[in-house]
Amino acid sequence: MQLSQKHIDYWKKNLVITAILVFIWFFVTFVIGYYAIDLKDITFLGFPIAFYMGAQGSLIVYVLIIWFYASYMNKLDLEYGVHEGEDQ
Amino acid sequence: MSNGAAPAFSQKTFTQQLKKYYAFYTGGFISFVILLAIAEQMGLPNRWIGYCFLFATILLYAGIGVMSRTADVAEYYVAGRRVPALFNGMATGADWMSAASFIAMAGGLYLQGYDGLAFIMGWTGGYCLVALFLAPYLRKFGQFTIPDFLGARYGGHIPRMVGMCAAILCSFTYVVAQIYGVGVITTRFTGVQFEVGVFLGLAGILVCSFLGGMRAVTWTQVAQYIILILAYMIPLVMLGMRHTGIPVPHVAYGYTLQKITQKEQQLAQDPKELEVRGIFKKRADDADAKVKGLPASYGTEKAAVEKNLADLRAANAEPAKLKLAEDALKAFPPSPEAAKKKWETDRAAATARTGPPRPHATPFPGASEKARDIARKNFLALVFCLMVGTAALPHILMRYYTTPSVREARVSVTWSLFFIFLLYFSAPVLAVLVKYEMYHFVVGTAFADLPRWVANWHAVDRSLLNIVDINGDGIVQLAEIAIGGDIVVLATPEIAKLPYVISGLVAAGGLAAALSTADGLLLTIANALSHDLYYKLINPQASTKTRLTVAKMLLLVVAVLAASVAAQKPADILFLVSAAFSLAAAGFFPALTLGIFWKRANKWGATLGMLAGVGVTFYYMCITQPWLRSVFGVKGTIAENTWWDISPISAGLFGVPLGFIVIIVVSLLTKAPEKEVQELVDHVRYPVLEGDMDTRGT
Repeated sequence: MQLSQKHIDYWKKNLVITAILVFIWFFVTFVIGYYAIDLKDITFLGFPIAFYMGAQGSLIVYVLIIWFYASYMNKLDLEYGVHEGEDQ
Repeated sequence: MSNGAAPAFSQKTFTQQLKKYYAFYTGGFISFVILLAIAEQMGLPNRWIGYCFLFATILLYAGIGVMSRTADVAEYYVAGRRVPALFNGMATGADWMSAASFIAMAGGLYLQGYDGLAFIMGWTGGYCLVALFLAPYLRKFGQFTIPDFLGARYGGHIPRMVGMCAAILCSFTYVVAQIYGVGVITTRFTGVQFEVGVFLGLAGILVCSFLGGMRAVTWTQVAQYIILILAYMIPLVMLGMRHTGIPVPHVAYGYTLQKITQKEQQLAQDPKELEVRGIFKKRADDADAKVKGLPASYGTEKAAVEKNLADLRAANAEPAKLKLAEDALKAFPPSPEAAKKKWETDRAAATARTGPPRPHATPFPGASEKARDIARKNFLALVFCLMVGTAALPHILMRYYTTPSVREARVSVTWSLFFIFLLYFSAPVLAVLVKYEMYHFVVGTAFADLPRWVANWHAVDRSLLNIVDINGDGIVQLAEIAIGGDIVVLATPEIAKLPYVISGLVAAGGLAAALSTADGLLLTIANALSHDLYYKLINPQASTKTRLTVAKMLLLVVAVLAASVAAQKPADILFLVSAAFSLAAAGFFPALTLGIFWKRANKWGATLGMLAGVGVTFYYMCITQPWLRSVFGVKGTIAENTWWDISPISAGLFGVPLGFIVIIVVSLLTKAPEKEVQELVDHVRYPVLEGDMDTRGT
């Protein structure tokens, strides 16, 4: 089983998108969490923004991250010819 | 599906059929609830409504379990690998959300405010790691258990065995807590004894999984998800309508939160509140003086209680007063040691009630800069451990073996988190709405005019709600209310003035949450034993029939064992559950991710990395957690033993990085893995490769 250049490119693209999404995940969770005290005077829909992010905002971002990854990778599979048949 | 060549329409038809079945089922369940509601109006007693929900739902799960019985290995272990993404998402949701998520989480948020959000973020954000690092690759690998992957990737029996032990360790502590939860719910809503409740629940768990393994568990979990989400959302939407005027309180409760914050500031200064807190301060000081005065204070206190009784008798006091004094003497601790324990408990209980209300929306409230900093550190550490632990718990990862393809596995993680999100996104809303009710309609009300739900719950269970007129003014002060977190979910139907049938529905939802999680966990443990230990190690020649018989027998044994442990009501069960996350995180996450993303990781690196990760995590818990400290007789105070002020629940903060470092260093120092292993890594990285190997388990 020899990997072609195409395969290597596919894996690189996968790593890049994974890294970007992990960064967003990290930012939303830990950076905003760390600065929660300093953000207390900003409000959104009546919520202090730190509370909103912890209770709702970050959750929405998590769902979007996973949804985006699934659709991006499923397209990438087709583009690079590593997709599975309909039946699998 | 044996060689993946079934005709294209079959999977599509299958999905269509499933959608039809479950839509029909949901409609049927709603009609059942409506019928019970009508019966209630006609005078069906509450207890019977509880019975109807309990037996009807267990019967339903049993029906699905029996219909899904199977004699095929791939059906038994991975539901035949044909669970569509949407349904696997629902099953994962039910598998994931336990009694703790369903009943205790909103209560935790009520009590802890912002700091409780660590659980909300931790238990959802972990799915990002599942999606990005694990699910698609494990699906491509396509065997039966998580130790299977460790065994194939790292070669030899040692990594498999270490993985198996870690899987059993974290799943068993978790399943004991679930069965305990089942016992509590059945007891509360039907009035049977706790032990009977536990074994009733056990029957409910076994009928789902015994005959059909993963296949049966999958289809009952989908059914359980539907019940649990209906049970959570209906009362919330009704309560939300009352407060915000719209059926989606999620977008509008920010203003409710503002009102709570204003009320908190007012209550912090209120003279009546200060008076009550002053009384608690005095009680705490008294208890403190008694503890400090030991052993001499034991004699003087006892003499005082005896003298009080003697005086009353001499004065021919009224019988009620005499009875009180007699009870006080009977309840007096029998020895100075017992007295120390009791007074210390009294001191802690009183001290806890001397402070102003905890500000709900403020992150990390604390007296000093240092206290706030420690709170923040622990919050972030806990979020980290819960997230990584989520992405390492075998019963969750196993679910992604069951989808038809890598593509579906990716989509299925999206659905999983979406279905989990529905509940987690709602829990903070519920906590705020119930707090609003409490602060505005209970606090400041005369004891004679309390809302009916308060009186009801006060009569049912004092550990959930206890209001005593401490300063004797006839009005409820916030400081006079002691509350157990579980009441937030349990009492919502009554607060929203809904009929009892909705309370029954909430109980059925809690039961579904506990049963579905227990099912997934039991199956993980039994499969680790039957597949990884028996088939892969002891008897690789075993026939299909023998393998399934062994698997079913082990399931039975593990279930009975877990139920017997739960029936003992073990102490510190909550700690054990949270510990499972740190242990799973440190044990599995580094070995699994490096196995996929780093070809150079080898057998010795992985084995030692897993051992070091679990080892240091467990060690840290032993030196800092009160119960484990007493078990192992640890010397030195907790404060001396902590590293960087991290609490024991987040011990994985040290275990996970150490696991990564050990795997990397040891792998680099030892021989690179063989060519076949490197090809296996390529195999899992690409959904399809030409001339690919086939690693699917049979």
